[in-house]
Parts: sequence; structure tokens; C-alpha cells
Amino acid sequence: MNISLKALIPLAVFAALCIALAIGLTKDPSELQSMMIDKPFPEFSLPNLHGEGLLGNEVLEGNVTLVNVFGTWCAPCAIEHPVLMKIEQTKAVTLLGVNWMDTRENGRDWLKKHGNPYTYTLSDKHSSLVQALGVAKAPESFLVDKTGRIRYKHTGVITLKAWREVIEPLTQKLEAET
Amino acid sequence: MRALMKTIIVLFALSLSFSLSGLAHGQNMQGNADLESRAREIGKSLRCVVCQNESIEESNASLAADMRVFIRERLAAGDSNEAIIATMQNRYGDYVLLDPPVQANTYILWFGPALLLLGSFAWYLFRAKRKTVAVKNQPLSEEEQKRLDDMLAEGRK
Amino acid sequence: MFAEIGLLALILAFLTACVQAVLPMIGAERGDRRLMALGSRAAITQFILIAIAFGALTISFIQSDFSVKLVALHSHTDKPLLYKISGVWGNHEGSMLLWVFILSVFGALVPLFGKMLPESLKTRALAVQGLIGAGFLAFILFTSNPFLRLNPALVNGNGLNPLLQDPGLAFHPPFLYLGYVGFSMPFSFSIAALIEGRVDAVWARWLRPWVLLAWSFLTIGITMGSVWAYYELGWGGWWMWDPVENVSFMPWLVGTALLHSILVFGKRHSMASWTILLGIAAFSLSLIGTFVVRSGVLVSVHAFAVDPTRGVFILALLVLATGGGLTLYALKAHTLRGTPRFEALSKEGGLILNNLLLVTATATVFLGTFYPLMIDIFTNDKISVGSSYFDKTFGSVMFILIAFMGIGPLVKWRKDSFANLRVHLLVSLIIIIIVSVLTALIGKSILGGIAMGLAAYLAFSTLVAFGRKIGFGKGGIRRLRAQPAQTYGFLLAHLGIAIFMAGVTAMSVWAKDDAKVLKIGESMQLGGYEFTLASVTSGQRDNYSYSSSMVKVSKKERKVGTLKSEIRQYPNYGRDGMGTTEAGIQVRPMRNLYVGVSKGKDSESFVVRAYVHTMVVWIWVGALMMALAGFVSLLGRPLGRRRKTRGAA
Repeated sequence: MNISLKALIPLAVFAALCIALAIGLTKDPSELQSMMIDKPFPEFSLPNLHGEGLLGNEVLEGNVTLVNVFGTWCAPCAIEHPVLMKIEQTKAVTLLGVNWMDTRENGRDWLKKHGNPYTYTLSDKHSSLVQALGVAKAPESFLVDKTGRIRYKHTGVITLKAWREVIEPLTQKLEAET
Repeated sequence: MRALMKTIIVLFALSLSFSLSGLAHGQNMQGNADLESRAREIGKSLRCVVCQNESIEESNASLAADMRVFIRERLAAGDSNEAIIATMQNRYGDYVLLDPPVQANTYILWFGPALLLLGSFAWYLFRAKRKTVAVKNQPLSEEEQKRLDDMLAEGRK
Repeated sequence: MFAEIGLLALILAFLTACVQAVLPMIGAERGDRRLMALGSRAAITQFILIAIAFGALTISFIQSDFSVKLVALHSHTDKPLLYKISGVWGNHEGSMLLWVFILSVFGALVPLFGKMLPESLKTRALAVQGLIGAGFLAFILFTSNPFLRLNPALVNGNGLNPLLQDPGLAFHPPFLYLGYVGFSMPFSFSIAALIEGRVDAVWARWLRPWVLLAWSFLTIGITMGSVWAYYELGWGGWWMWDPVENVSFMPWLVGTALLHSILVFGKRHSMASWTILLGIAAFSLSLIGTFVVRSGVLVSVHAFAVDPTRGVFILALLVLATGGGLTLYALKAHTLRGTPRFEALSKEGGLILNNLLLVTATATVFLGTFYPLMIDIFTNDKISVGSSYFDKTFGSVMFILIAFMGIGPLVKWRKDSFANLRVHLLVSLIIIIIVSVLTALIGKSILGGIAMGLAAYLAFSTLVAFGRKIGFGKGGIRRLRAQPAQTYGFLLAHLGIAIFMAGVTAMSVWAKDDAKVLKIGESMQLGGYEFTLASVTSGQRDNYSYSSSMVKVSKKERKVGTLKSEIRQYPNYGRDGMGTTEAGIQVRPMRNLYVGVSKGKDSESFVVRAYVHTMVVWIWVGALMMALAGFVSLLGRPLGRRRKTRGAA
């Protein structure tokens, strides 16, 4: 067999490429980086979905909060919602809802229909908080510690498994922090 | 040969300056004071993160529209183009920049083509015939001379 | 009933392809003439069977048979007939069927046109075609069956994506695939020739028309895509460096290099390795393109319904085909005739440099396209590579290539000297300077000036080279007619590039755009033109409702034209319906006027986007000239017959 090293180069390059493409199949190219981890939760002043007036960052103070971005137009959010209702019942964490790109009326109606697990709900019709959080798709959730810093981001639907295995233990850890 | 190399170098330098000034031309647009055209310019350089492959300026998506509004609000508040782009970059990561920044993880991207070009020319000049040193005319050895004579004799028969 | 016939035909075609892949190859090894003859018969049978399947699917679409799942998902009774038919390939499964159909067409043409080929070479090539066909037919049957039934059938279908209901886009895939899949021929023949250990000038001369054919069709396909994007997407972009666009462009670049290699190889018996590797590379890039479009690995506007499991299958096919080809190359490279040392200043050297630069250009596009994926794999970072990266890097490489393109055709084959070129280079420099300065002054752009100067230099050099081939002045018309077709091919193609470059430069440097909120009767200024929103009306047509706007354009008080633009709403498509914009365009040689009108904040105000597109049609005229050049070059080489040539060109 008379193989020169030079003749093997195209094959070697191709092999490397195929490995990369194969790995690429397991990844989601449009998934965004988590830029906000360990950063303070953005300043906001948004209308209360229920009742009058504006809500600001004071609703996060002193609690470990699970901030959940949802919309009436978002099908996976409806799938996620029962899990959030269960999480609310455990009283392990405070829930803050961010109703994205809906009128207040539509948002209220949707929560009436699906249940309301949130202590407070913000109405973010024009994506001002959503943009500050670097959110592109719903549902997306953030775990915020007592000092108002974002410690964890969950993209997509929160399953019971994700809650039990990842989010709940982290919540307990954050609760223990002074 | 040397003249060829000179030509290649000149052409290469020309095109390098062409592309570098293209880069400069891109940065130069900041001076324009009109807020709306600044907004459109920033919009064209930011990626719509909920779309497949569009800038927020081109996209019909609602989030893209909200981002365009945000940009105009910040411009009206007096932010510079760079500050606004930096804000978006801090929120959404490098992914939102359609023009990848020149940083450690993009050196290969930005310098690769130039390296490939240089490599191509280097390979070409290396493989091309060089002015060969004229082989000194060595007289035939005795044995070789005899063989030549024999062959010529054969031929004449 | 037709769906079942179609499915049966596909299954039989798959079995035929398997036979075609195996038995003729064994026959060639053993020298068994009967087994070898199976190759041609199987190829023709495969073609007939797939034609039946394709016909069956088309009939299902035309008849709006919504019990076929594919028809239900992508068609509707309201659709005009043309789009019912083009809907056949306006989806993943149907387009894969079109893919294998075209593959089988090329396979069937080999027995027809290859009568003077050595029998064993032809047989082996057909076996490889059969192998590729078998692979893709398996892919279709197991993951992308177009004939699945829907039970219960829908009353009416989902409709075809309104963006695809367009003549340009209806025919863009067939031309594109004729190109993409056409490169399977040089691939199969490269493999066959490697196995035989017989890579020679006869092989190259036979292969050349097929490369020309595939390349010309691909040129048309890409151009159609560009024209479509320009008038359909609403803002006049003609090339976005989108990943799917890039993966159709890379085979074109490599195909161009292959074209030139085969030219050299057929005449001078050198560049064997180049030709083989480029032949394998062109089709491999086509396969990579098929992979990228359907697997979801890259983010793109073009992506079909993405499905990683389908991606795995195509990746496997890619690994087998290209991996097999490159392994064979590694084993057999030593049998290939080496390229003798070339003179730095010679046409041979020039063509080698041409290949190097085209490969560099391809690598640049490849780098930009796949970099986000690579970074994601190695560092988990996410970055985007947008069009300005490609403009800067690819543009620079092409700039250099075009600079050499002017000189290359004028240089002698074996060895030339600078003294011969000095006059031409001097005249070229003068032309460049004159054109650059004039353009820079009139157009107020140094870059634009230099680029235009380069385009002028290319055009001038091409004409000089053509003139030298004819022989200035002696014999006139007779000499013109005596030229082999490929001389005209050269003229058209290289002039085409000069024209293309002029158009691209003009668009990059001098195109203008603006957007204003206007009420009816108000106007805006752009580039010396005044755009006045004259009227907005609404109505219903075919399967959509529309809002139609008239914008009057005038220049210095004189009326230039009226542009009509529309926004259409298709209620039947998808869950909530879908809208498209049809821009109002006035096409002129030196500039297009382009307008899009959409609703403003209230019922009385409208957002009017106006554009002046300088010399944009030159881009497509140049591209189509290149395609024409390919077809013209075909005329001079009747397949199979050797023409009495008047010595080497």
C-alpha cells in the first residue's frame, strides 16, 4: 500500500468536519447565552396585572423568587402552567409572573382560566423588562436570590423533574444564604 | 520572477488596503447626527433573536419591533451608538451582533482568510520552477562515449 | 390509488438502485460483460420507476388528493394550477423526490451519451450513481416518505406557504438541483476513474460537458434565488450570505475551479489530482448543503422543517460518499499522473493560481458559515457571522482573483516573460486609473472608483484576449465563425463577471434607502427623486386579500413612473394565515426604483420605504451571461464525437 501522508490530508480534514457536524446535531444553534447570571435583576417599573398602579423591584426584596415570563400566545406556557401551580403549593419559593406582549385584560383572563400561582404579576406589553433580561422566547424563568441577584436561568418549560432535581435544591440553598 | 513577486505583493497590498478601508468606511458612519438614520444603522447591525437570520431592522417579529423602539428611546436620551450596541450585547450576548467582534474566540474567523491567501501565494511560489542553475556541461565519460558510438553505429545500419 | 403506485415504484426503484450499485461493479472486476451490461439497464429502469413515482405525486397534488398527508399539509384547492404543481417540491419530502429524480435522469443519460467510453469505466461510474441513488431512496423510504396517507382525509389542505407561490421560486429548486445533483457525475466518474487507475485526458474530455451542464444550471438556480429574494422580501436585498445561500454558492465556486482544471487536464495532461479532488469536493459540498438545509444545524431563513434524525441519516450518507471517495483518493493518489513543475508566469501556473484562489474563496465562505457551529462546540459561546464579514473577506479574495483574471488568459501556456505583458499591464493601469478617478469624482467614493476601475480592467483584458485569439483584422467574419465555441464561452463568462462586479459595486456604494410616515398625498425625497403616496385601496383576489398602494415618482418635476406595491394576506395558510409584501419596482438599466408601503399607526398614515437601487440588474445580467457561456461552450463539444481541432488554443 502506497499512501503518502499528503494524500491523507483531505480525508483527515473531512473526518474532523463530520465529527463537528455530528456534534452540531445535538445542539440548538439559536439558544442564547445566559448573560444575566450573577448580575442584579434589572430595574423595572411596570403596571400591576391585577389592580392599579406600578410595581418595582421592591417585590423581589427579601425573598427567593422564581420569575416566570409567559404569554397567552405561547402554547408551551400553557403546558408549563400546572407545574407552576404545584410549585406554588409547596410554598418553597415566591413566584413572580411577567406577562409578556399581552393586554392586561387578556393576561388576566388567561390566569383566571389556567390558575394564578404568582404572588405578583407584571404586565410587560412592550418587552421592556423582557429585553433587559435578554429573553427571546417564552416560557423562560429566572431564580433570584434575596439580594436581588439572578442566580439561575431556565429556558423553556419547567418540568416537575427540573423542579425537583435542579430548581428546588437551588432554592433551598439560596434560602439558607443570609 | 522577482518582477512577478513584486506584482503579487503590490496587488495583495492593494486589496488589503481595500478591505481595511472598507472596515474604516463602516466605522465612519457614526458622525451622522440624524437620530432616525442612526437608529436604522444600529438596527441593521443587530440580529433578530427570534427570527431565523434577519436583522431587527428587516424583521416583522414583535420583539424586533420592541427592540427598535428601545433603540430610539435610548438615542433620544442621548446614548451613543456604541453604548446602545453594548447594552444589547450585555443582555443577549455576542450572538446579537451581526458583525462578530474581533476577540480571542474570533481570531481564526477574522484572520483565517488572510492567512489562507498568504499560504496560497507562498505555496504557489514555492512550487513554481525557480531559475535553475545551469548544469555545467560535463563531458561524457569514456564508457558513456563508447555506448553513444555503439548506438549511433547501430542506427546507421 | 396514485399514491400507492408511487410508493411501489419507489420501492422498486430502491431495489433497482441496489442492483445497479453492486452487480455491475462485480462485473467490472471480473470482466463479466453480462453483469456489466446490467449497469445501463438498471440506470434506465431506475429512471423510469422514479419518473412514475414523481408523476404519481404530481397527480396527487393536481387532483388535490387530501388523503395524501403531504398534499394536505402543503396544498389547497384554491391554489392556481402552477403552484399546485410547484407545491410538489415546495416541501422536504417532495424536494427529496425531485432530488433523486434528477439523479436518475443523469444516470440514465450515461448509457445514452457514453457509447465511446471504455465499458468498465462507464459501468463503475453507473455503479457509484446507483449507490448514491440507493442511499437517498432509502432515506426517502425510511424517513421522508411523500406518499403517507392521512386517515381521515382533510376536507381541504393547509395551503402552500404564500412566499413560495411565485413563478421565480417555483422553478428555483429544479434548476438548483440540476446543478447540485449534476455534480454527481464528476463525482461518480472520479471514483470510477480512481478505481480503474485510469485518470487521463480522455476521461477529462468526456466529463467536461457534464461539468459545464451542472455548473450552468447551478448558476441559473442561484441567480433565480437572488432575483426572487430581491423582489419578494420587500427591501431589495439580493444576497444575504444566509447559510443556505452559502451552501449553494460553495459548490458553484468549486465547480468553477473544476471547470478550469478539466480544461487544463484535457489539453495539457496535468492537474490530475486537482481535477479528482475538485470533482469529489463539488458533490460533497452539495451533500453538505442538503445536510445543512434539513438538519437544523445552522440557523437560516431557508431551512425546511428541521429534523435532527433526518440530519443523522444524511450525515451518514455524506460520510459514506465523501469519506469513501477521499479514502480511495488516499489509496490511489500515487497512480495519478503528477503535475510537472510549472513556470511562475505561465497559463498553466495561472490556472493553478486560479484554483488556489477559488479554493481560498470557498474556504472563506465555509469558515464564516460554520464558525458559529464550531465555536459552539468548542467553547459553548454563541456568536453570529453576518453579511458584512463575508463582504469584507470574500470580497478581498475575489478582488485579488479578478486582478489575476485579467492577466491569466493573455499569458502563454508553457512559459512567458514579463516583457510580453508589459504593454498590456501599462495600458490596464491607465484604464484603471482613468475609470477609478472618474467614478470616484462623479460618485464621491474612492472604493467605488477602484472597484469600477478593476471591473473595467477585466472587461478590457477579456476583450484583448478574445481579440488575440481571433487575430486582429485578418479574415474578419470567417475567423469569428471558425472559433471553437469555448472561445465565446470564455468571452461571455469573463465579461459576465466584469458586469456582475460593476453591479455589485454600484449597489454596495451608491444604493439609497429611506423610510417615512406619510399620509395620502404627501411625499418624500430620495436620491433626487420625489416619491408621492397617491392612493391606497383594498380588495380580494384568488386566495388572498390585498391592500394596494400607488406611489408616483417624479424627478425634477418630470413624471418618472407610478409604482404599485401590495400587502397580501393569505387566510388559508397555517394557523393564523400569513402576509407577504409585493414591492413596487421600476426596472431600468442604470437604476431600479423600489417602494414598499405598509400600515402606519392609524388608518390614515402609512410607512413608505423607498429605495434607489443603482445598476442592480447588472448583477443578474452578468450572472446569466456566465450561465449562457456554459451552454455556449457545450455547443462546441458534441458528446462522443471528436472535433477536428486546429491545434492547442
